[in-house]
Amino acid sequence: MKRKAFRAAFPHTIPILTGFCFLGLTYGVYMRAAGFSFWYPLLISLIVFGGSLQFVIVSMLLSPYAPVQTFFMALMVQARHLFYGIAMLDKYKGTGLKKPYLIFAMCDETFSVNCAAEVPPDVDRGWFYFFVSLLDRFYWVAASTLGGLLGSILHFNTEGLDFVMTAMFVVILTEQWLKEKTPVSEWIGLAAGVLCLLIFGADSFLIPTMVCILAALTLLRRPLEKKEETTL
Amino acid sequence: MMTLPQQLVTIALCALATLATRFLPFLIFGGKKPTPRYIQYLGKVLPGAIFAMLVVYCLRNVTPLTGNHALPELIAIAVTVGLHLWKRQTLLSIAGGTVVYMLLVQLVF
Repeated sequence: MKRKAFRAAFPHTIPILTGFCFLGLTYGVYMRAAGFSFWYPLLISLIVFGGSLQFVIVSMLLSPYAPVQTFFMALMVQARHLFYGIAMLDKYKGTGLKKPYLIFAMCDETFSVNCAAEVPPDVDRGWFYFFVSLLDRFYWVAASTLGGLLGSILHFNTEGLDFVMTAMFVVILTEQWLKEKTPVSEWIGLAAGVLCLLIFGADSFLIPTMVCILAALTLLRRPLEKKEETTL
Repeated sequence: MMTLPQQLVTIALCALATLATRFLPFLIFGGKKPTPRYIQYLGKVLPGAIFAMLVVYCLRNVTPLTGNHALPELIAIAVTVGLHLWKRQTLLSIAGGTVVYMLLVQLVF
């Protein structure tokens, strides 16, 4: 059962393997260049596990000690996990003892795969989700530690490889788009994202975007629910 | 410069905040009680909006008005979507788009 789930899960994680090797290595090298030994990326990747926050942590560690600010900053950077949780409430139901790990090992990429993937009917869903989560997390921890170890020895000629993450989200969005007759939710996300990016700038547009998405989806609940009932 | 204990507290607080955002929805709605209709509705309609938001997030540092006018990104996304509509093979679409992007930023722009 486990082997079958592993075989089904692994191909879904290949783009993430590529992306995380690159991003994780970059992160490790970055920490090393900031003066931290490989223990730091190893520890932080293991217990925090969140790409963008981990880059922020580097600058936190180099700034004066400010625990309260640190905590709230981290909450804001990671707030999108609240959305992931709500979206995965049903899918992660009935996964037993694996559930706490599935919740702990959540990240943008794992959420995308586990939320969008059609698990074959003869494969155990819980184990499928588990292996996607485990593999993704392993790639990230290994790559960032390696980056910290190799430090400045590495020479990158991989400009543009980080686009693999963008391409993955684009493909998943395309799939989502094809699945729906009227992709209202997708348009809301796109419009809110672009609008807030223009108003608030690249560093602080995520929270306003999430507020806008939530407001728009709440206002459109009646028509959207009606639409769903008629299409089902 | 922080002391080692201060560094560890900083890292631990980041881990704690992350754990909170991950576990909160499951702690509030994951129990035996049926999930409220509104949350069920959100669970259904949120993913589409989230994926759109993540694409915007990946492109947040792109500058359409200066430099190369975001052409590498636009072309690579068009290739990714085009490949996907044509073959519907996830890995192929991702690899194709990424290779095109790398060639564009390394050789053309």
